[in-house]
Amino acid sequence: MEEQRKHKDDKNKYSIIVPTYNERLNIALLVYLVFNHLPDVDFEMIIVDDGSPDGTQDVVKKLQEVYGEDRILLRARPKKLGLGTAYVHGLKHCSGNFVVIMDADLSHHPKYLPSFIKKQMETGASIVTGTRYVKGGGVHGWTLMRKLTSRGANVLAQTLLWPGVSDLTGSFRLYKKSVLEDVISSCVSKGYVFQMEMIVRASRKGYHIEEVPITFVDRVYGTSKLGGSEIVEYLKGLVYLLVTT
Amino acid sequence: MKHIVKIMTLLVAISAFWMSLLQTSLIPRSYTWLLPLYFIVSLGCYGLLMVGVGLMQFPTCPQEAVLLQQDIKEAKVFLEQKGIDVSSD
Repeated sequence: MEEQRKHKDDKNKYSIIVPTYNERLNIALLVYLVFNHLPDVDFEMIIVDDGSPDGTQDVVKKLQEVYGEDRILLRARPKKLGLGTAYVHGLKHCSGNFVVIMDADLSHHPKYLPSFIKKQMETGASIVTGTRYVKGGGVHGWTLMRKLTSRGANVLAQTLLWPGVSDLTGSFRLYKKSVLEDVISSCVSKGYVFQMEMIVRASRKGYHIEEVPITFVDRVYGTSKLGGSEIVEYLKGLVYLLVTT
Repeated sequence: MKHIVKIMTLLVAISAFWMSLLQTSLIPRSYTWLLPLYFIVSLGCYGLLMVGVGLMQFPTCPQEAVLLQQDIKEAKVFLEQKGIDVSSD
């Protein structure tokens, strides 16, 4: 049975796209953890760095020396160009048949990667998305206010959109490469509304979506890139998705 | 079918039902006029209830933060050996 599974893993290749901006320390930690948790899996990491001034790219080059340039691909861009386009850019360099997207700041722990892969193999799903809101999942480091807005936003989105997933804004996901290419071409939003748009459009297109519980520990190093007028952006995003999907 | 069309159809169906109630006077007119208001208020209350319940049941994982710190320590040891700078700013 173990031998069979190993063969299955050999046939599938997983490309992990990680957009980075000023993640000099986090990216090294992330890469170490990914390699630790995927010992028998054929994968590559594609790091899309948007011209970080803190030396992130130098760290990635050092990591390439340790782990190999065929396992860690640095595909940088000149400046901050946004998350959606970072994925599109990363996709161009993917050689796997599956694509994982995850954050660089360690809020997405690589230890869940095997469970994503397992879930996909068991169900044949086109997309496996991590959810923080079910039993077995969870968050840490969120104030009551943040939990409240998160919960309120979620209830609103569920009522309006009937998305079929419990965590809409999550960005820890495994896609079949062809599915990601299809969905991403029809998405136009920015930021986390983009993540919502991806999963809602995929749901509307009838793709088989599964969820796995994940835990989300809020950013340890560095400053979070969340800004001010989130609520307005979110509501605008909801209305946009309500009308156009 | 686009999602908004589904929602509109649902609203139209509910409105038609409400208007037929007005016509046939199964329920006294004075109540029927207020039904949409009751409906909206109930929807609002249900929403608030869901938010409250969700907030109380919000899954948390403080032990994960501890585990993460351990992972970070382990990672730093390995990376330092390989000559990668792991000092925080």
